[in-house]
Amino acid sequence: MKKKLTTVAFSGTDEQKKELDELIAQHKDEKGALMPVLQGAQAIYGYLPIEVQKDIALQMGVSLSEVYGVASFYSQFILNPKGDYAVSVCLGTACYVKGSGQIMEKLESLLGIKGGEITKDRKFSLDATRCIGACGLAPVLTVNEEVYGRLTPDMLEGILKKYN
Amino acid sequence: MNTVNVKINNREYAVPANSTVLEAARYAGIDIPTLCYLKDINEIGACRLCLVEVKGARGLVTACVYPVNEGMEIFTNTPKIRNARKMNLELVLSAHKKKCLTCIRSTTCELQSLCNEYGVDEDFFKGRTNHYDLDTSTPYIVRDNEKCILCRRCVAACKNMQGIGVIGANDRGFDTHIASAFEKSLDETSCIGCGQCIVACPVGALYEKDDTAKVLEALADPTKHVVICTAPSVRATIGECFDYAPGTDVEGKMVSAIKALGFEGVYDMNLTADLTIMEEATEFLERMKEGKNLPLITSCSPGWIKYCEHYFPEFTDNLSTCKSPQQMFGAMFKTYYAEKMGIDPKDIFFVSAIPCTAKKFEVTRDHQSAAGVPDVDVAITTRELARMIKQAGIEFRTLEDGKFDNPFDIGSGAGAIFGATGGVMEAALRTAAEVIEGKKLEKLDFDDVRGTQGIKRATYKLGGKEIRVAVASGTANAKRLLESVKNGEKVDFIEIMACPGGCVNGGGQPTQPAVVRNNVNLRELRAKVLYTADKNMDVRKSHENSAVKKIYDEYFGHPGSHKAHEVLHTSYVKRGL
Repeated sequence: MKKKLTTVAFSGTDEQKKELDELIAQHKDEKGALMPVLQGAQAIYGYLPIEVQKDIALQMGVSLSEVYGVASFYSQFILNPKGDYAVSVCLGTACYVKGSGQIMEKLESLLGIKGGEITKDRKFSLDATRCIGACGLAPVLTVNEEVYGRLTPDMLEGILKKYN
Repeated sequence: MNTVNVKINNREYAVPANSTVLEAARYAGIDIPTLCYLKDINEIGACRLCLVEVKGARGLVTACVYPVNEGMEIFTNTPKIRNARKMNLELVLSAHKKKCLTCIRSTTCELQSLCNEYGVDEDFFKGRTNHYDLDTSTPYIVRDNEKCILCRRCVAACKNMQGIGVIGANDRGFDTHIASAFEKSLDETSCIGCGQCIVACPVGALYEKDDTAKVLEALADPTKHVVICTAPSVRATIGECFDYAPGTDVEGKMVSAIKALGFEGVYDMNLTADLTIMEEATEFLERMKEGKNLPLITSCSPGWIKYCEHYFPEFTDNLSTCKSPQQMFGAMFKTYYAEKMGIDPKDIFFVSAIPCTAKKFEVTRDHQSAAGVPDVDVAITTRELARMIKQAGIEFRTLEDGKFDNPFDIGSGAGAIFGATGGVMEAALRTAAEVIEGKKLEKLDFDDVRGTQGIKRATYKLGGKEIRVAVASGTANAKRLLESVKNGEKVDFIEIMACPGGCVNGGGQPTQPAVVRNNVNLRELRAKVLYTADKNMDVRKSHENSAVKKIYDEYFGHPGSHKAHEVLHTSYVKRGL
């Protein structure tokens, strides 16, 4: 799927920058270092914004285009930060058959964002996930580590309220 | 040469031991089709058009990356292979915007000609297609990703050949597309506009921004004085658009064809190449005397200028302040000649025909408007000029040879060789040497700076002083050279051209299919036209060009004069990344 670009302003700290510099220095002369550096950078910042990718490209002597090519290829790399509460709707086969498509649509309208995006106050992010193995509870969503099952669209407002 | 014995289609051949199946087949006189492969630049085995059978191998193998070994038995034309190639073409076509009738690459499209050869049904697979907006953000390149076949030749030309890499493959699977990082438009990146991606593209996904409509409009306007000058290398390449073999000099026919289009004056840019040398050699001698801003680096190539501004801003003070020959011509014409003829510069429409897409950017730069109006109104590439000639129904091949118009019809041999890597350096050395030594040179050929190698170095003794010169073409080579200068290499004078081989291999030159690019040394063939022209000329030194002398006598006074600086020189910016 085409990756969504973030509209959230970058807010990296000096500590994060220091950590990133150390990470790059550690991997710099290794062959195939881009992957571990991107993984490490995502662990530091939570996602891979353009500012971080530019820094990585400059320090590692590769083009930004190459860095972005890798970051946009692998689904584990994310270009949008996660909210304080990361809402993931399972769109696996069982959940989908049980109506998780409507769950997703309802959440999009409640939160005012599309899948892969984050609310302006950075409180909620919304993602579609593949099967999380809770098919018996279909349709399912998770908010951070908490699982909600046997959902109907009218339950969603109440669930979100718990986090507001 | 070590060879191995192989059988190709049941016939025995001894082929070089380190060749690929594709190269081995070539020895046997067999051309295997390719779409993604470009020798030394893009060897990724992705398009799967070069499939062949190798006895004992599992499945079909990609000839472009499969090495030969002793006793190998290869088959290049079995029903299995033909079917596989045909199906791959049908799959490529299924996601390709098939606007072939009006496509800019119709008849020069490599996909089109292969589909034709293989009898492909263009609607065999009907499936989803992706929508992409045209990227028209720059004044020089248009990208139409709906025509892109993801061969990655452009990516490789940009990254591997030019060392730039502002485009790459984004996302994955069916959403894979070629674009800049974070989907930025090309004008937001550090693209230098060299156009090497365009001449690498096998289809119509990349092309120059066509400015011919503006020229035609001006030609139809009776209030405009529409004139054109043609760059040194255009005469060496435009013949290829009219089925001449690469390396055919068609200067006379080109001039006649342009006259038939209705231009008021057709002039030779070799003349302002000479003018550039007069200014640049003077600048060099001054900088040598003062020991300031050395090495001096040439400024004729606008792709190189933009590269320097983005990637080596610390060297912008080393750049010659001379405008490029294109800009000098427009500036000189709209000041000196306009005054002389009593024409308002606003009524002049100055067109340049150039081998270059970056020149389309150059005409929009600041400090390129000596007469208060842009020095050059429109820059059209060799391809656009050929397109205009064809559209006008001019029978190029049957034309009599014409001559450039007076008084800007004289160019020296030194000006002619500007179009090849090392040419500007050689031209400058011819003039600088005679000025310093105060006597005629015995030998005019500076062989060490000739040839198509990426970097050339030489030392010459001029006036008892050693002058160290270096020549680089292709920005990856420029990068290597400049890194070495940063690390302490002592050089006095550097020529850099953005395109490998110089203007003869520019991004605005006629496209040639991979089979030609991979097997013919286009740069050398095209450059030979220029060196042959130089050799046969009476005047081979810029300072002996009588037309240039006249311009100085009547207007500028002397090279490097205040007036010359106002009209013929420019400034640069530090862009960074």
